[in-house]
Amino acid sequence: MTNVIEVRGVRNQFGRQVVHDGLDLDVRRGEILSVVGGSGTGKSVLLRTIVGLNRPAAGSVSVFGEDLLGLPTARRVAIERRFGVLFQKGALFSSLTVAENVALPLIEHAGLKAGEAARLAALKIALAGLPANAGEKYPAELSGGMIKRAALARALALDPDILFLDEPTAGLDPIGAAAFDELILTLRDALGLTVFMVTHDLDTIYTITDRVAVLAQKRVLVNDRLDVVADFDDAWIREYFHGPRGRAAAQAAPPAQRAPHNLSHGGQA
Amino acid sequence: MTEPAFIDIDGRQVRLRGDWTIANYAALAPDVARQRSRIADTVDVDLGAVGALDTAGVSLLHDLLGKDRLAALASGESPLPPERRALLQAVAGVIDAAPPAPRVAGYAFGDIMEHAGIGMLAFWRHVIDIAGFIGITLETAFHVMLRPRRWRITSLAANLERTGLDAVPIVALLTFLVGAVVAFLGATVLAGFGASIFTVDLVAFSFLREFGPMLTAIIVAGRTASAFTAQIGSMRANEEIDAIRVGGLNPVELLVVPRVAALLLALPMLSFVAMISGIVGGMLVCALTLEISPTMFLSVLESHVGLRHFFVGIAKAPIFAFLIAVIGCLEGFRVEGSAQSVGEHTTSSVVQSIFIVIVVDAVAALFCMEMGW
Repeated sequence: MTNVIEVRGVRNQFGRQVVHDGLDLDVRRGEILSVVGGSGTGKSVLLRTIVGLNRPAAGSVSVFGEDLLGLPTARRVAIERRFGVLFQKGALFSSLTVAENVALPLIEHAGLKAGEAARLAALKIALAGLPANAGEKYPAELSGGMIKRAALARALALDPDILFLDEPTAGLDPIGAAAFDELILTLRDALGLTVFMVTHDLDTIYTITDRVAVLAQKRVLVNDRLDVVADFDDAWIREYFHGPRGRAAAQAAPPAQRAPHNLSHGGQA
Repeated sequence: MTEPAFIDIDGRQVRLRGDWTIANYAALAPDVARQRSRIADTVDVDLGAVGALDTAGVSLLHDLLGKDRLAALASGESPLPPERRALLQAVAGVIDAAPPAPRVAGYAFGDIMEHAGIGMLAFWRHVIDIAGFIGITLETAFHVMLRPRRWRITSLAANLERTGLDAVPIVALLTFLVGAVVAFLGATVLAGFGASIFTVDLVAFSFLREFGPMLTAIIVAGRTASAFTAQIGSMRANEEIDAIRVGGLNPVELLVVPRVAALLLALPMLSFVAMISGIVGGMLVCALTLEISPTMFLSVLESHVGLRHFFVGIAKAPIFAFLIAVIGCLEGFRVEGSAQSVGEHTTSSVVQSIFIVIVVDAVAALFCMEMGW
């Protein structure tokens, strides 16, 4: 499988605190990659580095075979337009309705007229599993789960190739979280997305991820299929995957869903 | 990078080519609208030559071919590869659930009337809110006043520094300039009557009675009312006010009373600074353009201007202070959870407090005139 994202030797530091040092990571086309790690290991910083919100002190980030850090701005923006990012708290624009939030990139980047953008926005909102009347609501009127779905609809607005998710299920109830997992899986299979996900949710990792990257000791300790990662010889990883919560999640997960590109999930979550 | 997309209609065969993606959406949409009517129910659809396809493209396919044929293409019998069928299925499954939002037709005259009515009601409710909030603040303040253990000295001192001390430079500079301008004005007008010496009276009267307290109050309304609203408003947006309530504490006692008390102390002091600085500005202009020396200026000031003018002016400062602080805090409590709401209420608190300062000043001027003070 080809790599869509290749991170090589990245070093991130804030003042004297080094977060990443010599970090390498591959993300393959069409996979769902979960990035896990303890608090403060720089999971979100890694995501921000790849999407271009944070410039690393050293190293390279290439996406679709092009080095993002060395590209001229216009070229770089063109590539970044193929990203969809779901921020942890949604980051919906509070002065716009949900439909306007989703329509904004369509009007600004794809050059659509307001009416066309509104129709496509309604489609994305429905794809993200929101009821049709959610479009005219303001973010302040939505529940936590609906905000995540609305933010997902906005992230999907331009039909991105790569979807970045920062803790997509954090703060959702178990039913909502499971439905969201299912939705990600369905969209990945239907739209052929590559998904880069920062998560703490062991259930998410066991049910929908293809590969897992573990951040520790300022780099990616291991980046492989779940069963390989779970057996990796490291105290933190053992604690994480074989602690009480890890064991429970492993037992609960239906193993059939772990195969990549499982196309039996045609329906909506 | 993107291939253009085409619709070829050849008798009973519809052939679609190119990339049916968001990048071609704007170009394809009119084509689709034109060709839709030309496609009969019975024709064959060939998607074999379609390059890239995304949800925007599928939405166009839905417009072009209709719901039934899209469902047929997505079903098991179609010759499309499985991942493309999955995409068609996913979009076809939700596209009917997503009707375009209906636009509510406007009616200009009715809208204006409705707007005016809503505005009137909101204003009336607002007046009641302010009166209620003043009551709550006074009640809490009397409660706290009798119990020195509940005085929040730290908060009071911090607010006093921010609202009083930090405002001294801007208040002094602005009133100095206005003082100079008033003196120039007086010099120009009064010289025609040979009464240049009365420029001193003009500057002194205007600053002691009106400009000192009012200019200060307007500056403080812009500086401090907005700060109070933004502080309390973002605390409210962050559920901190609720946390205070749940913790068995009184947000009015914790947040409002120290701010009101601080401004009650700060504004009279700032007004005094403003009076002095305005008179100094006038004095400088008198010395430079009218050859009235500072010594002469001060002796005229002493003989012509009674102390009561100072009291009339400074007595207004605490009233302004109370109103500005109460409006600033109340608008903070009215914030509803979003960054935009914080902005709206901050603007509103500045506008209201400047409005009320000028209204109260005008009423006070009339009152003092009638009383002969």
